[in-house]
Amino acid sequence: MVLVLGILAAPLAGMLVNGLVGGRLPKKVVGGIACAAVGASFAASAGTLLHLLGLPEGGRQLSLPLSPWIVSGDVAVRAGLLVDALSGWMALLVSGVSFLIHLYSTAYMGEDPDYSRYFTYLNLFVFSMLLLVLADNLLLLFVGWELVGLCSYLLIGFWFERPQAAAAGRKAFIVNRVGDAAFLLGIVLLLLRLGTVEIPQVLQRAPAEFPPGDPTATAITLLLFAGATGKSAQLPLYLWLPDAMEGPTPVSALIHAATMVTAGVYMVGRLHALFSLAPLTMEVILAVGTLTALFAASVAITEQDLKRVLAYSTISQLGYMFMAAGAGAFAASIFHLTTHAFFKALLFLAAGAVMHAAHGETNLQRLGGLWPHLPATAFAFLVGAFALAGIPPLSGYYSKDLILLSAFSQGKVASWTLGVATALLTAVYIGRAAALTFFAPPARTYDRLHEAPFAMAVAMWALALLALLGGGLGASWGREPLLRLLGSVFGEEAVPHAPAAGLAPVFAGLAGLTLAWAIYLRRGAWPSLPFLGRVVSQRFYVEDLYQVLIVHPGRRIAAFLADLFDPLVIDGAVHGVGAVVRAAGSGLRRLQTGYLRNYALMFLAGALAIVGYWIFH
Amino acid sequence: MSTAWYLLLSAALFTLGLLGVLVRRNALILFMSIELMLNAVNLSFVALSRHMNDLAGQVAVFFVFVVAATEVVVGLAMIVEVARSRATVDIDDINLLKG
Repeated sequence: MVLVLGILAAPLAGMLVNGLVGGRLPKKVVGGIACAAVGASFAASAGTLLHLLGLPEGGRQLSLPLSPWIVSGDVAVRAGLLVDALSGWMALLVSGVSFLIHLYSTAYMGEDPDYSRYFTYLNLFVFSMLLLVLADNLLLLFVGWELVGLCSYLLIGFWFERPQAAAAGRKAFIVNRVGDAAFLLGIVLLLLRLGTVEIPQVLQRAPAEFPPGDPTATAITLLLFAGATGKSAQLPLYLWLPDAMEGPTPVSALIHAATMVTAGVYMVGRLHALFSLAPLTMEVILAVGTLTALFAASVAITEQDLKRVLAYSTISQLGYMFMAAGAGAFAASIFHLTTHAFFKALLFLAAGAVMHAAHGETNLQRLGGLWPHLPATAFAFLVGAFALAGIPPLSGYYSKDLILLSAFSQGKVASWTLGVATALLTAVYIGRAAALTFFAPPARTYDRLHEAPFAMAVAMWALALLALLGGGLGASWGREPLLRLLGSVFGEEAVPHAPAAGLAPVFAGLAGLTLAWAIYLRRGAWPSLPFLGRVVSQRFYVEDLYQVLIVHPGRRIAAFLADLFDPLVIDGAVHGVGAVVRAAGSGLRRLQTGYLRNYALMFLAGALAIVGYWIFH
Repeated sequence: MSTAWYLLLSAALFTLGLLGVLVRRNALILFMSIELMLNAVNLSFVALSRHMNDLAGQVAVFFVFVVAATEVVVGLAMIVEVARSRATVDIDDINLLKG
């Protein structure tokens, strides 16, 4: 299938062109190439998905073997691409949202001197994510997985002249590395046990190989999930994501909406049959997802930075997705991934428009009263905010509702309760962000406030439309096309409806928004909660814990190695060898007297020794 | 005449040559001493060859001749060259490789 290759080839080509000659091209051409590349990828994805839909229901799977890759003894790994409903939909979503973000970036980054470098990285990012999505074996998926991590490092640290940006890029890379190591171990364990890492074969052989609850299957899935916690920013490896805000805002949108953070959710969905064999892992996923959702949502309430509020919001929403996956509702998790991609990208792009207008200001205490100046941006932000808060009929409502219903119907009442509480907190923090940015009395005045330029506005409007109507993909009024599509992959049944349980998150959302509105419209504060307030505003001291447990010991070990071990032991050994050789040399040089007769005498002594040996031996 | 006398003469000549090498300072004399040692060995080769009725010893002598001839060529050339550049053939003055 040429189309499938086109999905990957287009952004790769865009990356190569912009990377090699982009510096010499005018900005319009660079931006045009980058957008066209991702647009072509989107068109190819759409074509592929249409082709897939044209196939009979049972055979909706295209596999495209490319070449043998690693052949060694019993192990033969073939690189290839796999398109089924899941990866086809993900490719469409990734390329589509990325296209809008590219379009937005052409205007947002218009003043940046490193325009072509930016778009080179951006195209590489999209390529990596699509490779991850379309890979038909776990090793190729891992290549995409690592490339995505690399791109996040490059883009978060895009303005590397700023020390915080460089540090944030490093942090993202290093924290991800921890998860990636576990992920790779999981793949190797799977390879050892099943002898294959090709996804269709893994899914097919796993149920026969592993009885339910098999410890190896549990270990494999736990390791894979540990990788997902790094890439998808779950407890305890979420730390890199709030710092990732140091990158340009469209990059945040790209990382948070379409690429990178969704990789973990996608991977769990991709290997759903394997994960389903390990009930313990599923419980862990459910617990981690639920706790992350609640944790990040409560931290988001106290954040003072608009972008960091959105960052914690992403962590929280990813928690929902894992909650769904942990409850076995994989289709619901992909559905929420989709709607989240729409409204979170929208929120980030709107936040970027605010920054664009307000000269880069993101501190909520210094923003305010922007809506008369930026009505369109405010409207777009509100659409995203309502979708995030789960207000019907916006998209976020349907997906969050489906997740909570699935948890409820699976009897995970604790998760459901915490999920509803999270929905309340979600509405509070996003209501707070919206109120403080647009409606509260202005904290300072800004000159030359202006609405976003055309390219940025178009991207925002498109996403606003998707955030408004995206719920139709999984709602009964839209006849649930996405859920039916994914149902063929996951083999799930529809979730039974439970009206009371379904209404709870809506009320939570409305209550949260009202509460936020009431408090923050006048820049009020919460009634003080001395202990809880301090804990939450310090982000539950998790970062301090990391400082004490990992960063400080790490620094101390590094200091010990650098100040003592290296100069004394390593250098000592090197210098010691030199000193010994030197001393031996200066001792032995006395043998070389320069007098021929001394040498002759030694000759004689040697000859006598040999003769003596032969005589007396 | 018994072979022992030849061998005794050979040993005496060899010792003379050896002492010459060890105590003389003139490179040419040194050279002649080495030749003396070589020919002392040749003498014992020939004597033992006759004693044991084996021609191999005589063949060895021819080899030693050839080696000695080439050695003279190379050695004399070196001595001439040293004498030209340093105006001396005293081996105690030729000590550049002293450690």
